Amino acid sequence: MLQINSSDSHTISLLVANKPGVLLRIALVFSRRGFNIESLVVSPTQDGRFSRMTISANGNPSALEQIVKQCSKLIDVVQALEHSDAEAVECELGLIKVNIEKERRQELLVILDHFKAETIDITQDSVIFRMTGTGLQFDTLMAMLSEFKVAEVVRTGKIVMARGRELT
Amino acid sequence: MSKKSINGAEALIKCLENKGVEYIFGYPGGAAIPIFDALVDSKIKLILTRHEQGATHMADGYARATGKVGVVLVTSGPGATNTVTGIFTAQMDSVPMLVLTGQTITPALGKDAFQEADVFGITAPLVKHSYLVKNPNDIPRVVEESFYIASTGRPGPVLIDLPKDITSAVCTAALTNSEMDLPGYSLPKDPTDAELDAFAAVFKGSKKPLLLIGHGAVISRAAKEVKQLAELLCAPVTTTILAKGIFPEDHELSLGFLGMHGTAYANMAVSECDLIFSIGSRWDDRITPAKIERFCPTAKKLHIDIDPAEINKILVPDASIVGDAKAILKRLIPRLKPLKTQDWIDTVVRNKKRYPLKYKIHGGLHAQHVLSEMNELTNGNAIVTTDVGQHQMWAAQFFNFNLPDRWLTSGGAGTMGFGFPSAIGAQFGCPNDVVVAVVGDGGFQMTECELSTAAIHKLPIKILIIDNKYLGMVRQWQELFYDDRLSGVDLVGNPDFVKLGEAYGIKGFRIKRPADVKRILKRALDYNEGPCIIHAEVVKEGNVFPMIPAGGAASDMVIEAPKRKMEKPQGST
Ligand SMILES: Cc1ncc(C[n+]2csc(CCOP(=O)(O)OP(=O)(O)O)c2C)c(N)n1
Ligand SMILES: [Mg+2]
Repeated sequence: MLQINSSDSHTISLLVANKPGVLLRIALVFSRRGFNIESLVVSPTQDGRFSRMTISANGNPSALEQIVKQCSKLIDVVQALEHSDAEAVECELGLIKVNIEKERRQELLVILDHFKAETIDITQDSVIFRMTGTGLQFDTLMAMLSEFKVAEVVRTGKIVMARGRELT
Repeated sequence: MSKKSINGAEALIKCLENKGVEYIFGYPGGAAIPIFDALVDSKIKLILTRHEQGATHMADGYARATGKVGVVLVTSGPGATNTVTGIFTAQMDSVPMLVLTGQTITPALGKDAFQEADVFGITAPLVKHSYLVKNPNDIPRVVEESFYIASTGRPGPVLIDLPKDITSAVCTAALTNSEMDLPGYSLPKDPTDAELDAFAAVFKGSKKPLLLIGHGAVISRAAKEVKQLAELLCAPVTTTILAKGIFPEDHELSLGFLGMHGTAYANMAVSECDLIFSIGSRWDDRITPAKIERFCPTAKKLHIDIDPAEINKILVPDASIVGDAKAILKRLIPRLKPLKTQDWIDTVVRNKKRYPLKYKIHGGLHAQHVLSEMNELTNGNAIVTTDVGQHQMWAAQFFNFNLPDRWLTSGGAGTMGFGFPSAIGAQFGCPNDVVVAVVGDGGFQMTECELSTAAIHKLPIKILIIDNKYLGMVRQWQELFYDDRLSGVDLVGNPDFVKLGEAYGIKGFRIKRPADVKRILKRALDYNEGPCIIHAEVVKEGNVFPMIPAGGAASDMVIEAPKRKMEKPQGST
């Protein structure tokens, strides 16, 4: 049974045959129904014949049910499912660059430590660090960073995995 | 023992032969020459059309009339883009079709090479599936998969883009028994007994059931089961315009087709039923209101469809099953009991008598008169194709069929230009049948270049042109909803269609007076040496009724020409 969460924010996980044009076809399904894709992660699976796509998008739930079905219907899509927060774990990786003077660096490092973010580059007047976590954790961190000069943020987009022995 | 090596194009054609392809409808060009070359030594008959759009509609008509996959072959660039309308038409009506497009050589892809178009990209939203072949050894597998995909489940068009270097290169792959690699494609599982029991339980207590039969039931060849079901339940049957004939239209329980220009009594039954059971119809906007809550508000809704994406798309039914109509009905029927519908049948039959489809036989020549006479003379046996417009709706109203597969019309796409070439395809597929193409003066001119194709092959198609000297359907809307401010609908300057036919060596007949209708149609039907044109010059300003304004519900139906001005409709077209 297709379970669609009732909010407007959705994450769909697709297992697709590793063939040319799959991404184009999936993108067309979303754009036709006016869904804005927030993030899209495409990556290899443990089986070279298939790829994993994780798509986060905004739109109303009834249209999403249709989108999931229309993705499933594509010949190269093996499985398309939406995962709710309760049954899946989510994670996202981001690189964040903050322009910062020496004097305030310590203050920043304390915050990063709290979020278990790792600094991976420090110069006289900048810091790059790596953050992993849920969307919510990212939002909280960004709120804390609002008093610093955030120069840029590059996020991978959300990936999810079904809990327990259930497959994604 | 070394076998002569073959190239990709020869492998392709051999594979098509193995699939039983009899005809390819096509038009050549540089990038497709290797494939045309391979056809020289093939038993497959190449039908050279006069435009690629015509080729697609011919393949479509062939497929609809025979149930086999229709095959199209064109060149790259403009040749391929000319097939877009035909691919869309086939996709909207779930018609199995294979479109082979030549393509520039693979090293030139993406470099704006001569006649390079991104055909894979352009057609992606319009096909069931598509391929861009980059290795000649993939050809046998791709053909195997394409036929399987095009013709199973919910059928549809499949496109194979074939770069010229690939069709020219040696193919060493085995041509038979190629293994398909389709991990993402499966047909629906059979429903469980429990699902069927639960579905059957919904019928209980219904006093006013209505069966709504769609094209899915035609594709599934479920005519016998539909009749059994209707007679068992004592339930009246209405069909979508595409499914005309799936249930005998002369049956007491038949209400003809429903929807925008459907019969008054079918639409009344939709308003009044307490249960509606769609078998392979997708609740399309020609038969349901824009505000879906207004559709049969108090009726239980049941839906079976082979395409899971159709379930809950337009409305959420009380019960649904995904699967093949025929297979499901076979298992559902034994679970059902006759319903107490006598009062309902009385009402429905009374409505049939009270609100019949009518037309005038005086005050000029009326299209309905011509079509109705043609119906009598062909007696439901001819294959009738139509174009799109008023004549299409009148043909749907005044032709009656007792068999499916007799009636070919562009439903979902509403493609003008479809009627005549689809008749050519149907006649190739069914050489012993009488084929009538009912076309408007507007739509016929979109694909009339195929007169050559029909003439060369001496196909005895009756091309019945309903000439009202207008883009009549649009004119009707402008008259009814836009204060008769006609804009872009006057077809002044139409050719003399009989003379046009003569230029191609085609026999012509002309009907101008009501008194001549029967006699001239008879003569045309007796003429079988080749195609003939029947030019019916009908009154210019006839309108199609009944009519449910676009977006409206069955209860908004206008049975006869209204005296008052009508509100602009809410739906799009
Ligand atoms: C390719 C295409 N272009 C435009 C339309 C819009 N359209 C629908 S019916 C119609 C008029 C058709 O005129 P004609 O072929 O003369 O048929 P009539 O309605 O007069 O019987 C038009 C323009 C269409 N359906 N298809
Ligand atoms: Mg006209």
